[in-house]
Amino acid sequence: MKPPPFEYHAPPSLEEALTLLREHGDEAKALAGGQSLVPLLNFRLARPRHLIDLNRIPSLDYIREDDGALAVGAMTRQRAVERSPLVRERCPLLAEAMPLVGHFQIRNRGTVGGSLAHADPAAELPAVVTALRGALVARRPGGQRVIPAERFFVAYLTTALEPDELLVEARFPAPPPRSGSAFLEVSRRHGDFALVGVAAVVTLDEGGVLTHAALALTGVGPTPVLAEEAARVLVGDRPTPQAFEAAARKVSEGLRPDADLHASAEYRRHVAGVLARRALARAVEQVGGGAR
Amino acid sequence: MSERAIRLKVNGREYQRTVEVRKTLADFLREDLELTGTHLGCEHGVCGACTIVMDGEAVRSCLLFAVQADGADLLTVEGLAEGEALHPIQEAFWEHHGLQCGFCTPGFLMTLYCFLRDRPRPSEAEIREALAGNLCRCTGYQNIVLAAKAAAEKLAATGR
Repeated sequence: MKPPPFEYHAPPSLEEALTLLREHGDEAKALAGGQSLVPLLNFRLARPRHLIDLNRIPSLDYIREDDGALAVGAMTRQRAVERSPLVRERCPLLAEAMPLVGHFQIRNRGTVGGSLAHADPAAELPAVVTALRGALVARRPGGQRVIPAERFFVAYLTTALEPDELLVEARFPAPPPRSGSAFLEVSRRHGDFALVGVAAVVTLDEGGVLTHAALALTGVGPTPVLAEEAARVLVGDRPTPQAFEAAARKVSEGLRPDADLHASAEYRRHVAGVLARRALARAVEQVGGGAR
Repeated sequence: MSERAIRLKVNGREYQRTVEVRKTLADFLREDLELTGTHLGCEHGVCGACTIVMDGEAVRSCLLFAVQADGADLLTVEGLAEGEALHPIQEAFWEHHGLQCGFCTPGFLMTLYCFLRDRPRPSEAEIREALAGNLCRCTGYQNIVLAAKAAAEKLAATGR
């Protein structure tokens, strides 16, 4: 199908975009890479009166280190993140998840901010920023707030952003020394939305005992799901197969996924446990290797 | 009806047109420029038939508005061959029966154009991953993969 009519704005600066967003509020949609919004328009599932195209705002396209975190501008293309040596070095979890987002043609246009603000529960980036306890920076005319990832994803395709707020930056904190991470997922074909995905982050002390663990899952709830109980049983333990197995059981037990055409709830729970176990093992392998 | 004047380059030629802002780049190429080699299958970014090259990168032209291509440099399937001489990727598809009905072919060709430029000596697994975003409803994937391999060799041999 073809998109419904709309008024098109292509502001050359963030300030002008924010002014337009305030002016049109609920009747406006911000257009980032368009890889989720344009299909919704083509199907007429979304009918915004105003489209505010952010693609002419170069100041939102950057990857840089900032105060111990990797800061990524909202309009940074996913492909640029995938190719960035700085991302590989400072945020291996993001680097590992990036090639799993859609296909390379999608990542050539798709943006980091677009994927996060769209908040699809099967998407990879929301789980990455959640597992790392990252944050999202929102701007409105004359104001800015930093929203922790756990509070940003509110419900299915719904974020904490107000109608006059724009997501401008994602912040991925650098894990402490002796940390490792892994992102694993199961999808029917490469590039499809994952049935289940798991982002794992671990930190060990000098004696090889787990001092921190985080598991964030995709595809098993309306938002990224933090498996807090599983993480809790790991801390203070050594990273053994038995410990991972116990944590994986906690992951499966704690989930209430929906069933759909592609997978039953039971299957999703099972896959989540298996992926959690493998992701933890892989994350521990990365300690001292890929991680800093 | 909201319209904008745009100026862009397609296959080396400059165009200036006025477009309705809701017109997708794919429809603009086909209807306004009459470059009907770019095909539209699903119109929501899944099938890959509409893949073109924009400023050097493969993109879905059904997920862009023509107005967004203002100032851009595009390459479509019509720009691959040089006169009567097919591009090495096209030759490889011909020689290895990499197409049956041909509907998906332009998208596969443009995808490979960028992929083989970035990764001139790919493994078969890498080829399959790169082609995962293009659907062939004749399911001619085996020969498409063979054609992609042959295309990589041809490009390496010709230094393109």
